[in-house]
Amino acid sequence: MNRLASALTDGLWRQNVVFAQMLALCPAMAVTTSGTNGLGMGLATTAVLITSNVLVASIRSLVSPQVRIPIFVVLIASLVTLVDLGLNAWLHDLYKVLGLFIALIVVNCAILGRAEAYASKNTVVAAAVDGLAMGLGFTVALTLIGLIRELLGSATLFAQASLLLGPAFRVIELTVIPDYGGFLLMVLPPGGFLVLGLLLAGKRAIELRAQQSPAVAALPVTA
Amino acid sequence: MKRLLASVRDRLAYQALSLGVIALLAASALVLAVGVTRDRIAAAEALDLQTSLLQVLPENFADNDLLADALEIGAVEGKKKRIYLARRQGAVTAAIFETAARGYAGDIVVLIAVDPHGMLLGARVLKHTETPGLGDKIELARSPWILSFNGLSLATLAPAKWAVKKDGGVFDQMAGATITPRAVVKAVKDGLDFFAAQRAQILQEGKGS
Repeated sequence: MNRLASALTDGLWRQNVVFAQMLALCPAMAVTTSGTNGLGMGLATTAVLITSNVLVASIRSLVSPQVRIPIFVVLIASLVTLVDLGLNAWLHDLYKVLGLFIALIVVNCAILGRAEAYASKNTVVAAAVDGLAMGLGFTVALTLIGLIRELLGSATLFAQASLLLGPAFRVIELTVIPDYGGFLLMVLPPGGFLVLGLLLAGKRAIELRAQQSPAVAALPVTA
Repeated sequence: MKRLLASVRDRLAYQALSLGVIALLAASALVLAVGVTRDRIAAAEALDLQTSLLQVLPENFADNDLLADALEIGAVEGKKKRIYLARRQGAVTAAIFETAARGYAGDIVVLIAVDPHGMLLGARVLKHTETPGLGDKIELARSPWILSFNGLSLATLAPAKWAVKKDGGVFDQMAGATITPRAVVKAVKDGLDFFAAQRAQILQEGKGS
């Protein structure tokens, strides 16, 4: 249980794919024009990340270190293609929303990064947990960036979420300011960089504050 | 067992072989997956096409199988254009085909339905890569703008008026995006021009089948 909690803190905060490792910035910038898009990309990536971590961990003793990278690349690329074909055939409506993201997962270096740095050295269960935690961290990061850009850019939240999650989720689609003219900079790529930079600065500020008062944090609660 | 594996793993032959085996397995899995999913994907895409064909067509305009009732005509650039014919009791009620023009970021593909007299029955943007939040108001899901074409024809609207208001035409431009609606207007007009030029042939072939 402790290991699960520690893996989750790693994925969501300490080793967050976007905010700490600064990996996968290409999809993080490209698709986060709205909260819905960020969420969709995050969930699709999480699914692929867990599967690829499990696969890599289960064959880790058979793989020679010298050829591990091409083997991981072949595995991940095939996996993504399988997911792409499967979704297109059996969940076609979802595919029409997510299709673009799935092709982008192939170039997501975070997946190869986790295969190389974690899954190839750990047990199958640990790798699956790591994939889940890292994927959730990625999902949270993308959704957060997407929501901020969406709010500033077009004054909505989770617009068209029902396309992704089903009609029941229409309640989370919010229009914050009706007749908002739109702030184009936030929707275009520069907005992504600005939001990411501000979020990174915020995370750093929180960490610095925690470091400066370690004594307070370490004190047991006695009162 | 572990030690044996460790010693074998450093051999060049083992490395090449393992890479080959993995590639073979991955390729077989993909071949299998393509085989299993091909029919379903084709069916889903046919359904998509059918849905978009019916979208540009007013209700009760067709009682035939639109997907099966198509003909191909050589367009100006030498590329064949696929034209779907809508019929009611055998008589052609509309021709549906794609037309495209270059937008702000790549081609905008518009599907239009034209009645035998050259009147536009409906238009929908099928594919575009315009700026999200600005140019994407050409999608019906985001704005009813595309409906402003319905009922127009080359006879009722002079060629010079087929333009956005900024250029002296009749169509609204969008705040912050002029190139995009301009391209859609051009695509629709090109489509109507194409129909006017090929009308005799389309209706002739429609009668024959």
